[in-house]
Amino acid sequence: MRVGAAIEIAAPAEAIWAFVDDPSRYLHFMSGITRWEVVGDTPSGLGARYRVLMHVGSAEIGGLVEVVEYDTCCDMAWVSVVGIDQRGRWRLRERRGNGAGPASAPVTRVELRLSYGVAGSGVFGWLAEHVAARTVRGHLRRSLQQLKRQVEHEQLRSAAAARRAARVA
Amino acid sequence: MAGAPQSTANASRNGHRRGVDGAPPSGRDDPMADGDVRAPGASGEGNLLSRAVRAVAGQVQQRVPPADLDERDPDYIRETLPRMWLLASLYFRGEVRGLGNIPDTGPVLMVGNHSGGNLTPDTTVFSLAFNAYFGVERPFHQLAHNLVLSMPGLGFLRKYGTVAASPANAQTALRSGAAVLVYPGGDREVHRPSWQSGRVDFGRRKGYVRLALEEDVPIVPVVAIGGQETALFLSQGEWLAKLLMLDRLFRLKVLPISIAAPWGLNVGDMLGHIPLPSKIVIEVLPPIRLREEFGDDPDVDEIHAHVTRLMQETLDALAAERRLPVIG
Repeated sequence: MRVGAAIEIAAPAEAIWAFVDDPSRYLHFMSGITRWEVVGDTPSGLGARYRVLMHVGSAEIGGLVEVVEYDTCCDMAWVSVVGIDQRGRWRLRERRGNGAGPASAPVTRVELRLSYGVAGSGVFGWLAEHVAARTVRGHLRRSLQQLKRQVEHEQLRSAAAARRAARVA
Repeated sequence: MAGAPQSTANASRNGHRRGVDGAPPSGRDDPMADGDVRAPGASGEGNLLSRAVRAVAGQVQQRVPPADLDERDPDYIRETLPRMWLLASLYFRGEVRGLGNIPDTGPVLMVGNHSGGNLTPDTTVFSLAFNAYFGVERPFHQLAHNLVLSMPGLGFLRKYGTVAASPANAQTALRSGAAVLVYPGGDREVHRPSWQSGRVDFGRRKGYVRLALEEDVPIVPVVAIGGQETALFLSQGEWLAKLLMLDRLFRLKVLPISIAAPWGLNVGDMLGHIPLPSKIVIEVLPPIRLREEFGDDPDVDEIHAHVTRLMQETLDALAAERRLPVIG
């Protein structure tokens, strides 16, 4: 089963990447996630491993995942090593806003995709995937909304700090 | 299960240390049982009835599959997780809290209160939650009554890691590094009347404390509510079990009487029943490290009182959250 969600965030891709590339922030903005722990010596990047659990229905479901694609400020994909079969992806695409002034500030389209299932689980697996899809999709949407709020808040804070610094100078 | 010391289990098939005469095991062999030592040879040698009882008991013992921890099949568990998830999430609306209290690695003895008759939904909900949380790769065994494992059609339970309840099996599982779930209350607690749903009843069974001390593993209490609302349990029927000598034949100390679908009046619950979709809530408490908390020479009774008090308090709190039976 594949579910996904997308959102536009008024921030450059680097600012968003700072969030999605930092495992310690996941519990703060990812909805339904009860664990996102670094396993091993590599905290991020290609080959980084995380123990990930998402609360769905009666259980916290997930397992050990490994980052298999890592293109800074663009794409990060992971697959499951143990646990349920899953493949997830962050996809960031930055574009310039139209017009002059603030409208020309960078806007980034952020997509979060998740494919999951249990090979060999038959018709019950198919049914469970579809029943769980609504909850998982809701988690992804809320995660992106929380990411947007946190990133844009961070942008405003940085801009205000820069203005204050300029005034003092 | 690699490296699991199987010799203990093999030496004492299913942990039932048979007497030289092949007599059925005493209650002492059950890790949950304690103190209910029956008078040996109560009916006397040469008594026809006694011999008949032994013969039937022997037949039943033979039906109990040998305990082999290697029968646990992680692939099978993984493939059946979705159907367990559907049952637990949609039918029982299960909710498991505090799984993070279970140590991430190493052997641990999880001690639960038992509810729901012969179909125990709390075990299903907890097994799903445990396997999903820690992964099917982590060895996890549950101890069940011999009769459950010898029932035709329930062989699949062994693939989930269920083994016959005995100290030897529990020791073997713990020594292999597994997490072990025991229900000291056993058949007595699981069939308590529905109006005693909010009561932890281990009776005099403290074997689990001795087991944890011997193996030096932490005890993690697991408290569940809702199972006793899956049917209207009326009586444990201990008097009926004694009358029919089921305690001697099958180690059954109860013959429960309940009102349950689809039977109506259900005596024995041998064929199970269709459970009502009661909301199951389970709370896992922090681990109790016995020697750290009770000293180098801890008192079994004191630990037992501590564990049951903690569980009863948690059960009271869970019961207070519940507004309506079944609905939760």
